[in-house]
Amino acid sequence: MTEADPVRLYRTVRLIRRFEERAVELVHGGQIVGGIHPYLGQEGIAAGVCAALGADDVLAGTHRGHGHVLARGADPNRMLAELCGRTTGLNAGRGGSMHAADLSIGVLGANAIVGASGAIITGAVWARRRQGHDTVGVSFFGDGAVNEGMLLEAFNLAALWRVPVLFVCENNGYATTMPVAGAVAGSIAGRAAAFDIPAVEVDGQDPEAVRVAASAAVGRMRAGGGPELIEARTYRFDAHHTFEHAVRLDYRAPDEVTRGRARDPVRIQGERLCDTDRAAVDAEVEATLDAAVRFALASPEPDPADALTYLYASGLTARAGGG
Amino acid sequence: MPRLSYRRALTRALADELARDDAVFLLGEDVQVGASMVTTGLAKRFGAERVRDTPLSEQAFTSFATGAALAGLRPVIEFQIPSLLFLVFEQIVNHAHKFPLMTGGQCSVPVTYLVPGSGSRTGWAGQHSDHPYSLFAHVGVVTVVPATPADAYGLLVTAIRHDDPVVVFAPAGAMDVRDDIDDLVPVPLGRGRIHRFGDDVTVVAIGHLVHDALAVAEELADQVSVEVFDPRTLYPFDIDGLSESVARTGRLVVFDDGNRSCGMAAEIITSVVERVRLLAPPRRVTRPDGAVLPFAPALDRAVQPGRDQLTTAIHLTMKDSS
Repeated sequence: MTEADPVRLYRTVRLIRRFEERAVELVHGGQIVGGIHPYLGQEGIAAGVCAALGADDVLAGTHRGHGHVLARGADPNRMLAELCGRTTGLNAGRGGSMHAADLSIGVLGANAIVGASGAIITGAVWARRRQGHDTVGVSFFGDGAVNEGMLLEAFNLAALWRVPVLFVCENNGYATTMPVAGAVAGSIAGRAAAFDIPAVEVDGQDPEAVRVAASAAVGRMRAGGGPELIEARTYRFDAHHTFEHAVRLDYRAPDEVTRGRARDPVRIQGERLCDTDRAAVDAEVEATLDAAVRFALASPEPDPADALTYLYASGLTARAGGG
Repeated sequence: MPRLSYRRALTRALADELARDDAVFLLGEDVQVGASMVTTGLAKRFGAERVRDTPLSEQAFTSFATGAALAGLRPVIEFQIPSLLFLVFEQIVNHAHKFPLMTGGQCSVPVTYLVPGSGSRTGWAGQHSDHPYSLFAHVGVVTVVPATPADAYGLLVTAIRHDDPVVVFAPAGAMDVRDDIDDLVPVPLGRGRIHRFGDDVTVVAIGHLVHDALAVAEELADQVSVEVFDPRTLYPFDIDGLSESVARTGRLVVFDDGNRSCGMAAEIITSVVERVRLLAPPRRVTRPDGAVLPFAPALDRAVQPGRDQLTTAIHLTMKDSS
């Protein structure tokens, strides 16, 4: 069981919050192309879960994945540079917002195919344990993923082979614009129950509650338990994707959004700090992100001649497309 | 000089790599008992941990292998049925194949997908008789189709040691081929092999069709001098080796057990004519457009490219240039 560290947990949610707000500004300013899927409102889940992990653990995120990577401890400079498509980015500008990942700290990809990460993490954790590591894994996914067969197959495989994977469902109520009630027969926890996977529901807006639940699950898994599932109830404060800032899609009533935004994980965790500590964290986060923006925008753009560098790990080269 | 069947050559390659490298493990459906008769005996020798039976969850176990590869292992998946590749095309293409580039070179995904019994097995009908190698060549996944026991051994060994995903198609029509083999050695990717030298026309034959092409070449020996070129690897393709052959013969026929439209034959012909001026229009003998293999044996055979069609194509190519 990891220890409570309210300042550190606040720092993580604050960092993700301000990172995302800066990133949205850079989308509007044209420095980030292709837009982003903001993690705004969901910060407490990545922060709480990652606070429960050890250095040998692995995780895989989603297209709404900035929070997972930052909470795991990636360098904000290189994370933002990745979103800006620069050579200094975590993925050398080849991944962008949806795929930014840092394998050196156990982030095994950010996957934009919904439901895909569960089986990948199951395989990675199984492999690391076979190699003698005490690894547990986390697969983050949204409520939309619980209707993907691939994820349900991963539940079965992880439970059958007792691979310690924490399946974390970030239930923000919508798969893009489809409400959970319109998409999910039965329940999310019920899907876990079908495979004898223990499941708990937690308030995803309370970072400490998430940390406590994740920490308990990780402790049981570390002690020899099989996979577990956490359904973290949350609310997405902003758009599914920043394209909605230009194209208004009418699927969430204004009063629902107001109610959802009232339960703010950054404020909830911030109130657990004294004003002095909170102000110190806020100032440090701003300085960190000022530096990250400067670093990203000053970093070189990749050379078009290198577009397919990294296509093959084996060094195989692809034929060019020109005549 | 040991005599080895194609099927046993695959078994031998798996056993040798399991013995050589502890990172190698095998997973798939019914691999412990060896339902495909390729993995026979391996579970007993290497244990159930390294020769793993999976539930019927192709998508999950294919991505499980991707994850295990990301964590440093070298999984080999056996697919009992070639058409299962359609089910896991997403997992191979969107994940295993794309991860090295998408992560900016942070990882490699060394997974081998072994498909024993690809193509028609006669009487297995529409959903068990595909031979979908062109799809993987199209998306840029390393694709090999060995024709002989020596190449089956050598290319499977190379695939397992390769740092990117590789699909190994072992055609049903080649599984029982037997050969005398001097040396069991790795075979490099992207290197074709000329099985028979000739002067008049180069026939590119893929997989089991190599043996049909050799039979046709022998039959026609007193009329036409046929060179039989076996690419062995479809992606990357040995275009240098084939161009050299066609530059000598001046004529090209491709014998390909895939569908016609956007098929491997189309790619091979285009790649050659971009480089070499031919004496006659090239020809291809393939499955029809959009082929679904019908059940009845006569219909099954009718949809596969055959020796008579190849003979006709060779004659037409010779006539066109006379």
